Amino acid sequence: MTVAELSSINTTQTNGRYAVELQNTHIYYGSFRAVKDVSLQIERQKITAFIGPSGCGKSTVLRAINRMNDLIPGSRLEGRILFHGKNIYDPDVDPVEVRRRIGMVFQKPNPFPKSIYDNIMFGPRINGWRGTKAQADELVERALRGAAIWDEVKDKLHQPGTALSGGQQQRLCIARALAVQPEVILMDEPCSALDPISTLKIEELMLELRRNYTIIIVTHNMQQASRVSDYTAFFLMDADRAGQLIEYGPTEEIFTSPKDKRTEDYISGRFG
Amino acid sequence: MEQEARVRIERSAVIPADTINLRGRRRLGERLIETIVFICGAISIFTTTAIVIVLFQEAWLFFGSPEVDVTEFFGTTTWQPETGRFGIWPLMTSTLITSIIALLVAVPLGLGAAIYLSEYASPTARGYLKPILEVLAGVPTVVYGYFALTFVTPVILQGLLGKENVEIYNMLSAGMTMGIMILPLVASMSEDALSAVPRSLREGSYGLGATRFETSVRVVVPAALSGILASVIVAMSRAVGETMIVALAAGAGPRFTFNPLQAAETMTGHIARISGGDISYASIQYTSLFAIALVLFFMTLILNLLSGWVVRRFREVYE
Repeated sequence: MTVAELSSINTTQTNGRYAVELQNTHIYYGSFRAVKDVSLQIERQKITAFIGPSGCGKSTVLRAINRMNDLIPGSRLEGRILFHGKNIYDPDVDPVEVRRRIGMVFQKPNPFPKSIYDNIMFGPRINGWRGTKAQADELVERALRGAAIWDEVKDKLHQPGTALSGGQQQRLCIARALAVQPEVILMDEPCSALDPISTLKIEELMLELRRNYTIIIVTHNMQQASRVSDYTAFFLMDADRAGQLIEYGPTEEIFTSPKDKRTEDYISGRFG
Repeated sequence: MEQEARVRIERSAVIPADTINLRGRRRLGERLIETIVFICGAISIFTTTAIVIVLFQEAWLFFGSPEVDVTEFFGTTTWQPETGRFGIWPLMTSTLITSIIALLVAVPLGLGAAIYLSEYASPTARGYLKPILEVLAGVPTVVYGYFALTFVTPVILQGLLGKENVEIYNMLSAGMTMGIMILPLVASMSEDALSAVPRSLREGSYGLGATRFETSVRVVVPAALSGILASVIVAMSRAVGETMIVALAAGAGPRFTFNPLQAAETMTGHIARISGGDISYASIQYTSLFAIALVLFFMTLILNLLSGWVVRRFREVYE
């Protein structure tokens, strides 16, 4: 892939209003049903937040969207998750291809023990990068600029990514995800290991990224959900300890006039 | 009820000063254990030191004798104690050649096995395979030696390369078999290093669309490099010190050759053969064995120091 090919992916994402659609999704770990009957539609180029108490299945749902749960032995999904109208759990779908289109940023920053430059180039290289050195330099710069960390690291691109501060590492991981030009970026509590200033930077960055990417974020921090997200999905465990979607809608509605009593109790801090 | 309890607690807090005794009791059991574990530690250190001292003493006698000079020892390529020619090189080269062959066998196979066990195998498969691998490590080396002599050489090597090209005692057969012997060591230590790489790094790689193989080779192995290199060095020093296999299969006579299909005696093999024969304690032949052993000691010492340095130099620290 070259830079031109990579950037063309983004402009072709105009078909349909929804980036990802979950239809009657049930997720199991062995015989345990962790998530029960979730249906929701994620709008393109918006930020959707998944909130809810610990163990409510929000991370499991997030990880189902790029088939990360496949890595857990015994996990299984019923129902459909559509991406470009195609069920990503169809037998002919390669999870590796799904993950190239739907990137992920994790709870704890996890830069590879390589240089900053090689961290960014990791994705393009495994995806068959064939560009020149100058094009690679340009791609690295664009990814780092995209993650608002270029100015901080431009003089030390060949130093290990693990030497950066926690907040910088997390932005490096976002840059690393941007370098493969995904359409959707999943963020699993990306700020929970960071201090408030780093958190603020990541939040500003997310609002910036919304122009080109669809972002789904799992967060424990309700202020964060209300600050950055356009849509909010509230999950809760039912009596069998299976996660359920309780309410889903525009963030403002969820936070100001929730329809469900349980949502109201949760966001007003009565439990969780 | 609650109030009553509180009153009782408050009362019990008031203890007459003269009943408090903070002076320690004599804990005899504790003392005894401390002494025993100290003696255990001291014995192993004492033994090691004593071995080194004996090595140096006898080697000193060897280098001090008029028939020997140090430049000849390190500078010539004939080892013939009968004629008073002591050049260590033929023994050193065969030790190095057999060890390198062993590493060429053990490192790729061992690392492959480690990657399979840590990245690909299901927990059930790993549960069966790891103990089997460890059984391989428990096979006595004399068994490996005869395996080399009666199977690897005649069936595999002479079968593939022709009887006339492969001597019945040869370094290749001994080295390959030694490789099989140290394989479990490499596999087990490397597997530990690979398993210690945090899951989050693997997920990061999968999340970017990497396959299992790309994740193993480009992320997990580099992250575990320090442990893997350490396993290679430990395996190397194990191979350098291995005696029985090379004594049985590599050859019974020093010979300066770089052809692995020929017989050549290694340092350990030579020491084993000569000390098993009837030599007198005062002879130069006897003290020469200690000189060889001293060189061997320094080789493994350097390898061990190197392994410590490698571990520190390449270690990635994860929380």
